[in-house]
Amino acid sequence: MIDKTVASAAEAVAGIFDGATVMIGGFGTAGQPAELIDALIEQGARDLTIVNNNAGNGEIGLAALLKARRVKKIICSFPRQADSQVFDALYRAGEIELELVPQGNLAARIQAAGAGLGAIFTPTGYGTLLAEGKETREIDGKHYVLEFPIKADFALIKALKGDRWGNLVYRKAARNFGPIMATAAAVTIAQVAEVVPLGALDPEVIVTPGIFVQRVVAVGAAAQQAA
Amino acid sequence: MNRLNRDQMAERVARDIPEGAYVNLGIGLPTKVANYLPKEREIFLHSENGLLGMGEAPEPGEEDPELINAGKEPVTLLEGGSFFHHGDSFAMMRGGHLDICVLGAFQVSVSGDLANWHTGAPGSIPAVGGAMDLAVGAKQVFVMMDLLTKTGESKLVETCSYPITGVGCVDRLYTDLAVIDITADGPVVTELVEGVSFADLQGLVPVTLIQGC
Repeated sequence: MIDKTVASAAEAVAGIFDGATVMIGGFGTAGQPAELIDALIEQGARDLTIVNNNAGNGEIGLAALLKARRVKKIICSFPRQADSQVFDALYRAGEIELELVPQGNLAARIQAAGAGLGAIFTPTGYGTLLAEGKETREIDGKHYVLEFPIKADFALIKALKGDRWGNLVYRKAARNFGPIMATAAAVTIAQVAEVVPLGALDPEVIVTPGIFVQRVVAVGAAAQQAA
Repeated sequence: MNRLNRDQMAERVARDIPEGAYVNLGIGLPTKVANYLPKEREIFLHSENGLLGMGEAPEPGEEDPELINAGKEPVTLLEGGSFFHHGDSFAMMRGGHLDICVLGAFQVSVSGDLANWHTGAPGSIPAVGGAMDLAVGAKQVFVMMDLLTKTGESKLVETCSYPITGVGCVDRLYTDLAVIDITADGPVVTELVEGVSFADLQGLVPVTLIQGC
C-alpha cells in the first residue's frame, strides 16, 4: 500500500541536506508552510538556496529561517517589504546573496523545470537591468530573453487537504506557488490541514495530482486530534 | 494651477474602464481606482497572486489571511470569481489576456518606456514583483502619476534616468494635470484639467507635447 503521509513535520523534512535548493510556497504569509519551515529550522540544514516570492515577513516562518542564518542565497521577486527587516539587515551586511527575478519569470522558470524544458524565451524583463548579459531573440517582431529553469532538491508547500497518494487541494489565494513548485522539486513535501481517505477528494477538483508529491503531513488542529 | 487630487485621478481612470474588461490595478495609487468603478459595470479585477473577480475589502472581523491582494491586504472574492496558481496567473498577465493594467511610475519616456520598480539609489534593495510582466503583457498599459515630482521635475521625460521596467510599453498617462496618449508621433495631450492650458502644460515638461484637445 502506498502511503506518502508521515507522522510529523520533523519526519517530513528529514533528509534536507546542507547546500540544498529548497522551494518554499507562499505569497507573503498566505500559503507559507510555517510548520514545515519551523521543522527545517529545528532540523538544522544550512547553506540553503531558497526559492520564494518574497524574503520573509516579520520574524516568523521564512524570516525565522533567514534569521537562523541557514540561507546563503535567496531567489525571489519581491524581497523588500514593510516587514522584511530580517532580510534587509542580512542583505545590507552582505550576508545573503539575492537573485532578483520578475515574478512571472520566476513562475515560468519553475514551470519549465517541472515540465522538463531546457529553457524559455520570455518577453518579461527585455531591455531592463534584469536581462543584462542574457541572450535575446526576436520572434515574430517581439523581443524575448532566454531564461533557464529553476529546479529544486525539495519543495515545501501548504495545501488544505491531501490523501495518502499525495493528491492535493488548496485554499483560496494560499494556492499561489504551491502547484508549480510541486512539479519542480525532486522531493515535494506538503503540509495540509487535513489528511483525508483516498477517494474523498473529487478527482475533478484535485489541483496537484499525487505524482508531484512525495510526502504529506497534517499540521495544526487536525494533526493534534489524530495524535 | 488646478490639479486633480489622488481620488479625482482614480475617478478619472475608472471612467475609461469599460464593461467586461479584465483589469489589473497595480500596488499603491492604482488600487484606488477600484473605489470608483461604476457599480453598473461588470469589470473583472485580477490580482497576480491568483484571483480573478476580486471584490472590495472585507468588513472588519471578516478578514481572511489567505484571501489577500498583491499588496497583501485582505480582500473578498465576488460570486463567479476564481482562484488559480501562479503559472496561470502570469499566463493571464504575460499572455495578453488582460485588457488593461494601471500602474504607478517614477518616470515615463516619450516612447513609452516605463520606470517604476527601482530608483537605482545606492543601498536601496531592489524588488520587482510582477511589474515587468504587467508592463509587457497587458493589452493596454495605463500609468497613473503626478506629472511632476515633489521637487517640480517632470516625470514625463525624453529618456528615463531610472532603471526601466519595460520598453515602449505605456499607452496612456493619467496625471494630475492632463491625460496624455503615448503615440508613435509623440505624447498627445487629449484632456486638460479645468483651468490648465496647453501652454501651461508644455511649460512644465522638457519634451515636445502634441495638442490633441
